[in-house]
Amino acid sequence: MTTQRPRVTRNAPKFQDLLRDTRFWRVAGQVIAVLLFLLLVILVIDNVIYNLRALGIQLGFGFLGSQASFDIGETLISYNPADSYGRAILVGLVNSLRVIAVGLVLATILGLVAGIARLSNNWLVRQLALVYVETIRNIPLLLQLFFWYFAFFLQLPNVANRITLPGPTFLSSRGLYLPWIQGSAGAGVWLLLLALGIVGAIALWQWRTRVMQEQGVPGNQFWWALTPIVAAIALAYIINGAIPFSITLPQLVGTEQIEGGLRLSPEFGTLLLGLVVYTGSFIAEIVRAGIQAVPQGQWEAARALGLKPGRVMQSVVLPQALRVIVPPLTSQYLNLAKNSSLAIAIGFPDVYFVASTTFNQTGRAVEVMFLIMITYLTISLIISLAMNLFNRTVQFKER
Amino acid sequence: MLKWSSLLLSAALLAAPLSGCSLFLYPRLSAQEGGTASGAVLNRVKTRGRLSCGVSGNLPGFSYVTQQGEYNGLDVDICRAIAAAMFDDPQAVDFRNLNAKERFTALQAGEIDILSRNTTWTISRDTSIGLEFAPTVFYDGQGMMVKQNSGIKDLKGLQGRSICVQTGTSTEQNLADQMRKLGVKYTPIVFEDDKATFAAYQQGRCEGVTSDRSQLVAQRSALPNPDEHVLLDIVMSKEPLAPAVRNNDPQWYDTVKWVIFGLIEAEELGITSQNIDSFANSEDPVVRRLLGTEGDLGQGLGLTNDFIARAIREVGNYGEIYNRNLGPQTRLNLPRGQNELWTEGGLHYAPPFR
Repeated sequence: MTTQRPRVTRNAPKFQDLLRDTRFWRVAGQVIAVLLFLLLVILVIDNVIYNLRALGIQLGFGFLGSQASFDIGETLISYNPADSYGRAILVGLVNSLRVIAVGLVLATILGLVAGIARLSNNWLVRQLALVYVETIRNIPLLLQLFFWYFAFFLQLPNVANRITLPGPTFLSSRGLYLPWIQGSAGAGVWLLLLALGIVGAIALWQWRTRVMQEQGVPGNQFWWALTPIVAAIALAYIINGAIPFSITLPQLVGTEQIEGGLRLSPEFGTLLLGLVVYTGSFIAEIVRAGIQAVPQGQWEAARALGLKPGRVMQSVVLPQALRVIVPPLTSQYLNLAKNSSLAIAIGFPDVYFVASTTFNQTGRAVEVMFLIMITYLTISLIISLAMNLFNRTVQFKER
Repeated sequence: MLKWSSLLLSAALLAAPLSGCSLFLYPRLSAQEGGTASGAVLNRVKTRGRLSCGVSGNLPGFSYVTQQGEYNGLDVDICRAIAAAMFDDPQAVDFRNLNAKERFTALQAGEIDILSRNTTWTISRDTSIGLEFAPTVFYDGQGMMVKQNSGIKDLKGLQGRSICVQTGTSTEQNLADQMRKLGVKYTPIVFEDDKATFAAYQQGRCEGVTSDRSQLVAQRSALPNPDEHVLLDIVMSKEPLAPAVRNNDPQWYDTVKWVIFGLIEAEELGITSQNIDSFANSEDPVVRRLLGTEGDLGQGLGLTNDFIARAIREVGNYGEIYNRNLGPQTRLNLPRGQNELWTEGGLHYAPPFR
C-alpha cells in the first residue's frame, strides 16, 4: 500500500512564508507602530475639538487682530494700548529675545570663569567657586528670582538717594541707569564698514595662523587682524566726516527723574541676573567636567613646551575641552531660554506674560497656549541648530 | 524578532483600551452634551449632595480662610446660601481657590459649579467666554491707592510714574483706557499674583496701585501701616461683581439667580435669620410666596418651595451678609453706598417673586 503523503510544493502557502520572514516583520512592525501612533494623535485632536465644541468654544486666530487695550511697561518696539493683541505678543517676544540673548552671553562668561575657578590652585578662589556652584544649583530659580527682586532690587534706595557708581552709573530701586551709545545719521555706513572690517579681520587672523603653523614661526595675529578694522573705521570717518555715535549719560532731572543713558528696569535686571547666575552655575560644572576630561598628558606636554599657564588653558586645554563641553552646554542654553518664561512671577513683560494676559482677556486658552508652545519650540530649535553647527566645528576632524 | 513581537504586543495592549475608550467615550460625551442643555448641572449637584464653588480665597471680606480653617466672606456666603437652599445645609460646599487666570477655564471645564469670585460682569465675558452672570452681589468701581506722603491727588499726578497692576483682570484695560483718555504717560508694572502686586507697591516699586476699590480697602487693611495709604477720590470704571455659571444650563442659572434675588428680597421685606420664624404665619402674600408657605415657586426651579427660607435661616439676608463681612463691625468697614437696596437709594433690586 502506498500512502499518499502530503505534497509540499514550493509555491503553495506564500502568506505563511511571509509571516515567518524577519524582514517582513521589521517593516510591518514599524508600519503598525506608526499607524497606532497616528491613531492616538487623531484621537487626541478629535477629543479636543469635540470637547471644545461641547463647551461652545470656537477655535480661530482672528482675535489676534483685535485691540489689546492693555499697556505694557517695557517695550523695545513701539506699542500703545490701541494696537492689536498680535502686536502686544510681538512686543513680548522682542523682550524675551533681548533677555535670552544677553543672558546667554553673560551666563557663558560667568560659567567659564567659575568653572575654571573650580580648578584653581588658589584655595580661596576654589572654595568660593564651589560655594557658588553648590548653593545656586540647589535652589529653585523661581525662589532666586523672588529673592533678587524683593530682597535686592526693591531694597535699593529711591532715585533721590540713588547710589552713584563710576561711569556715571546710577543704581536705584527704579533700576540701573548706564551710559549708553546713541546712533545718529550715518550710523548705517559705519556699521556696514565695521562689519566688513571684522570679516576682514577674521580672514586675516586665520590666514596668519595658518602661515605661522606652516612655517613654525612665532608671530602676533592680533596686530594683523586689527589692521582691517582700523582701516574700516578710518574710511568711515573720511566718508562721514564725523563720529555718528554719541554717548548719552544718565542725568537727574528734577529730584526724582533720571533721563538719558540706558535704563534697565528692576524687572529686567532681576530676570537677567537670576538667569545668568543660575545657568552660570550649571555651565561652571560643565566647563569643569570638560577641562577635567582633557588628559593630564596634554597639560604636561604643554608645560613641557614652556607655555605659560594662561596660554596652556587657552590654546591647549580649552579647545579640547570644548568637544566635551558643547553638547551639555546646548542643554543649558535651552534651559535658559525656557526659564526666561518665569518672568511672569516678577512682572517682566516677556512673551509668555503678554500671551497669558491675552489669554486672560480673550479667553482663548487653546490658541494662545499653542502660540506660546510654537514660539518656545522655535527659539529652542534655533539655539539647538546653532549649537549643533558650532559643535561640528569643534569636534575632532579625522584626516 | 522577539523584540518586535513584544513591542507589537504592548502596542496592541495599549491600543485596545484606547479604542475601547473612544468607543465608550463618544456616546457618553454626546449624552452629556445633550444633558447640559438643561438641568445637567443642577442634577449633578443634587446627586453629589455638595456644591463646588470657585472663590479667590485670599481677599478679606469676600473670600478668605480664617485661622480656624473656615472660609469666610461675601462671595463665600453666596455659595453657602445656594447650598442651604438646595440641601438645607450651608456647609455642603467645597471651595476651590482660583486665581484670576484659572477661574474661567475651571468653570468652562465643569470643575466648579459656580464661580463666586469678585468677578466683573462684562459683555465680552458674558458673550465670548460663554458665561452667564447671576445678579450683581457687589457694585464696585476701580480705584487707585497711593502713599499719603506722595502728594498725588489725582490720576494726572501719576504722570511719568509707575503703577502696580494685577493681570488677568479688567483693571489692566480700564487703567490703559483712562490714562489714554487723560493723555497721561505711565509705566504699568504688572504681576500675575496679587500678593506680589501689593508687595511691590509696599516696597515702593510703584507710586500707585490700582484695583477694585473694595479690594484696595481690603488690601490696605493688611498693610503694616494702613493709615499711610489713601484711596484717590476717583472711580475709573463700573465693576459690578457677580457670580457666574456656564451659559448652557438655564435651569442651573435660574437657581443661582433666584437664590440671590431671594436674599435681596428678604432684606427688603425685613426678613432676617433672627426673625424669620415670626414670619411663618404672616398674612402677607408676598412674604408667604417668598418663604414658600404659599404657591410653588421653588418647584419651578426643581427645588423645594421653602428654598429661600432655608437660605435666610442659615445664612441671612443680603444686608446681614454684607454687614457680617464688610460692614461697620468689620475691619474693612465699607460704607454700603451703591450696595444699599433700591428703596434706600442703592442699586440692589429683586424682580417680583410671583
